[in-house]
Amino acid sequence: MKTYNTIKKIAITAAALAATSLMANISIDGSTTVGPIAKAFAEYYKESNPDVNITISESGSGNGVKSLMNGSCQIATLSRFMKVNEFKSCVEKGVLPVAHTVAYDGLAVIVNPQNKVSALSTKQIADIYTGKITNWKEVGGDDAKIVVISRDTNSGTYETFNELVLKKAPVVHGAEYVGSNGQARSRVNSTKYAVAYVGLGFADSTVKALSVDSVLPTPSTVATGKYPIARPLYMFTNGSPKMGGHVFNFVTLCLTPEGREIISDLGFIPVCK
Amino acid sequence: MNNEHEKSLILGEAGNMGRAVAGWLGRAVLFSITAIPTLAIVFMIIFIAGEALPFFENLKNVKEFFTSTNWAPSSADNPHFGALSIFYGTAMVTIVSCAVAVPLGILVSVCLSEIVSARAARIFKPVIELLAAIPSVVYGFFAIVVFAPLLQNSGGALIGGTIALLGIPLCLVASLCAGESLKGDNATSIKSVSVSAAVFLLLCIPVLLLARDALSLQISSGTNALNASIILAIMALPTIVSISQDALSSVGRDMREGSLALGATKTETIFKVVIPCAKSGIAVAVILGLMRVVGETMVVWMASGNSLKIPEPFYNVLEPVRTMTATIAGEMGEADQSTGSARYHVLFAMSTCLLFLALLMNAAGRYIGGNKSRK
Repeated sequence: MKTYNTIKKIAITAAALAATSLMANISIDGSTTVGPIAKAFAEYYKESNPDVNITISESGSGNGVKSLMNGSCQIATLSRFMKVNEFKSCVEKGVLPVAHTVAYDGLAVIVNPQNKVSALSTKQIADIYTGKITNWKEVGGDDAKIVVISRDTNSGTYETFNELVLKKAPVVHGAEYVGSNGQARSRVNSTKYAVAYVGLGFADSTVKALSVDSVLPTPSTVATGKYPIARPLYMFTNGSPKMGGHVFNFVTLCLTPEGREIISDLGFIPVCK
Repeated sequence: MNNEHEKSLILGEAGNMGRAVAGWLGRAVLFSITAIPTLAIVFMIIFIAGEALPFFENLKNVKEFFTSTNWAPSSADNPHFGALSIFYGTAMVTIVSCAVAVPLGILVSVCLSEIVSARAARIFKPVIELLAAIPSVVYGFFAIVVFAPLLQNSGGALIGGTIALLGIPLCLVASLCAGESLKGDNATSIKSVSVSAAVFLLLCIPVLLLARDALSLQISSGTNALNASIILAIMALPTIVSISQDALSSVGRDMREGSLALGATKTETIFKVVIPCAKSGIAVAVILGLMRVVGETMVVWMASGNSLKIPEPFYNVLEPVRTMTATIAGEMGEADQSTGSARYHVLFAMSTCLLFLALLMNAAGRYIGGNKSRK
């Protein structure tokens, strides 16, 4: 009975989804990392489909899942995979999340351009973030306190960093938390002895990206799996989108040559060559 | 005949009823409209406290919540909910911003109501009140983009300069007061002047030494307790200025004139008559300003650095701190509502604490305000 109900709910939501795509309205919510991709896709997509209205919110991966669960968005953008708990809650609410990998993202560990340090090992980064290393001179830099900047625990970037680098160890209590990639970058740019991690697309010339385990974060090192702090980025839809529908076209845009170009332009790595 | 005339004025039985019903209905509608905000707050208290209850049921949790600084609610296998450093952050930011906003706000309001001309006050007051209209995220943006780099690059000079700029005039006032008090004892003017000068020098030396020490201060991170506190102080200013100026202005002309007629100077009138008369109004203004500071979220989330540590030493305002409001805002997105995890309930426990703090301050404000009207 319960399964039947769930199926019914899925059918209803799918019907609702179909109806909304008839009205040509796509709403997207989720990660601030995937946000730029979604925005650029939306701009590109609207050019060829002017009747489509696309709204994009960036409230974090966790909130994206909630929006998908509540039906307030058709596409949830996530910078991490959906958690077991979230998946369970979705299914209980009659939403079946389907993952679409849109790009790969390396997390760049960034420091101020004036910092002498330009390479760290994963172990050293983990030690800095767990508080075992507190001074730059311990890793070959100036004698100055390290200002540790982390993304807030709401973000997929935090989760990825926490999992890939810290192996789920807690971040040192003296660390500062910031609410977005852009803020992390501007804090590092204006703070001489700060260190932070951001999506590769955010590591521009205002900051210096460190090489990790002697591999610099570049599109090719991420795509080939050499760079150790990298992750896939996802768009989740409720059920598989209808073939040829707007949502379908949107989430598969990353496979087209134009989509790949947009992704590379933003500093991410396309899923296929 | 008279009877008939009267009868036309009195409504029939049915009309009477209709009127009564209409009147009753009208009152009922108005009453329920009035009840909406009251019910809203009642439901909010019930809901927030209700969601916090599962957390408080576990006594071990409660002890950890109030006494430990180990805050790791996101950890899957070994979560910790020690919020002491977060309470401390709220307290620190509140105290520092009050230390800035309260003297400043009271001085500004005294100046507006007693010293500058009414015409100037009419220009200044709306401008100060305009500060309250700026969205808090704009303040936060300013704190990050302008104030944080400024503190990092030239924070020492800024703090040292402020100490010198504030300290030297204060020393001057103190030394003049000291000289003045000697005058009353029939001392010669030379003696009083020399005492003034001696006191001035004596007070100036530590102030200048402090300012010099501050000059060499290196601030490693501009988003810290001081940054958030100063921005919050600016945000609390309009409330404090506006309400305490109203209180000062409402002190009667008879009081001032009585005081002046008895031979008091204008300064004496202000400090010994007007301010004491407006005391409770000023206290209410301070409490309302305090509530603005405690409840503010966006600015502290952006400007305070959000670090989970009690600064070392405990009065070091140049270290980042995290407040209760920022914690709730920052953790809510990942706190799993559907599974009702402890991480979700602990945020409501924190909300409950904030709510009670607000109720307490509100009650204190009402109590002090009430004293005034009874007088």
